[in-house]
Amino acid sequence: MKSLEELRALREKMKSQTDNRSVAGSDETVIKVGMATCGIAAGARPVLEALLDEAEKRQLHNVSISQTGCIGMCRLEPIVEVFKDGQKYTYIYMTADKARKVIADHVVNGNPCKEYLIGEN
Amino acid sequence: MRELALNILDIAENSLSAGAKHVEIAVCADLEKDRMKIVVRDDGCGMDEEMLARVTDPFTTSRTTRKVGMGIPLFKFSAESAGGNFDIRSKKNKGTEVTAEYVISHVDRMPLGDFGGVVLQLVTMNPAMDFTVTAACSGREGVLDTREVREILGEDIPLSAPEVRAFLKEYIQENLVDIFGGRL
Ligand SMILES: Nc1ncnc2c1ncn2[C@@H]1O[C@H](COP(=O)(O)OP(=O)(O)OP(=O)(O)O)[C@@H](O)[C@H]1O
Ligand SMILES: [Mg+2]
Repeated sequence: MKSLEELRALREKMKSQTDNRSVAGSDETVIKVGMATCGIAAGARPVLEALLDEAEKRQLHNVSISQTGCIGMCRLEPIVEVFKDGQKYTYIYMTADKARKVIADHVVNGNPCKEYLIGEN
Repeated sequence: MRELALNILDIAENSLSAGAKHVEIAVCADLEKDRMKIVVRDDGCGMDEEMLARVTDPFTTSRTTRKVGMGIPLFKFSAESAGGNFDIRSKKNKGTEVTAEYVISHVDRMPLGDFGGVVLQLVTMNPAMDFTVTAACSGREGVLDTREVREILGEDIPLSAPEVRAFLKEYIQENLVDIFGGRL
């Protein structure tokens, strides 16, 4: 079984690598997932996991993903907010698959997934 | 909510909103006695007596976007509908402790669900908060303390770093399988 001692070795390994993660600049994309009762009950956790997984798989270093409280539109949860190019995009009724598409189309290629945006449904 | 793990996440999110610096989460089961207990304790802003008395009523909330707070009533219901009981204690400026007990074999007890995933999410997504997570089942016990993890990693490596996250994911899953063995 894994022990926390293995973390020491991992730390040494990480320290010796040059960190290219700190290059994130003003072009950073910020993604927030609503994680209050309404969001959790509607399935926000799989959405968050899909976002993290996709960002990791694609080695996206200029993307910050975090959770936030109730966004105030409980019926539309799970909600994902994307802050990119000085604009805010609110994606509603999200699923893990839609979240992966938002990373691929919007975050990576710059084309918002219009069909998932609030006001479009 | 279909998994108790999601209730735990939700209750821990309350601790976060309460400005807690340290949150203790424990899931303890006794298979012989057919009971399990979930405790979430924080050192956040707490509640005064009047608030505490109202908090299990679904029409209480301090939020401004919506009138009804559902987190605590849902957690309470999960326990009381599964032959168990519920308790919440709080002191203003000291902290809050929420306890839910269940009869493990009760037909209406929800499964624990992806507790490992919830723990991973809590410890990696909240850089300003420390967690002590305990899992215990009939003599087997495991504890994850993020203060210990942070001490090993040092100041410049966050728990959210992908390599660390991948390690913790396996570490948590392996330990939970060993302790609970999918029985909850
Ligand atoms: N750990 C805590 N520390 C301090 N206050 C708390 C804590 N947990 C709950 N409260 C108070 O009780 C209220 C009700 O909590 P509850 O989780 O039921 O609903 P909510 O968080 O307001 O909304 P939601 O339905 O999104 O959970 C909160 O708004 C908060 O004021
Ligand atoms: Mg709540």
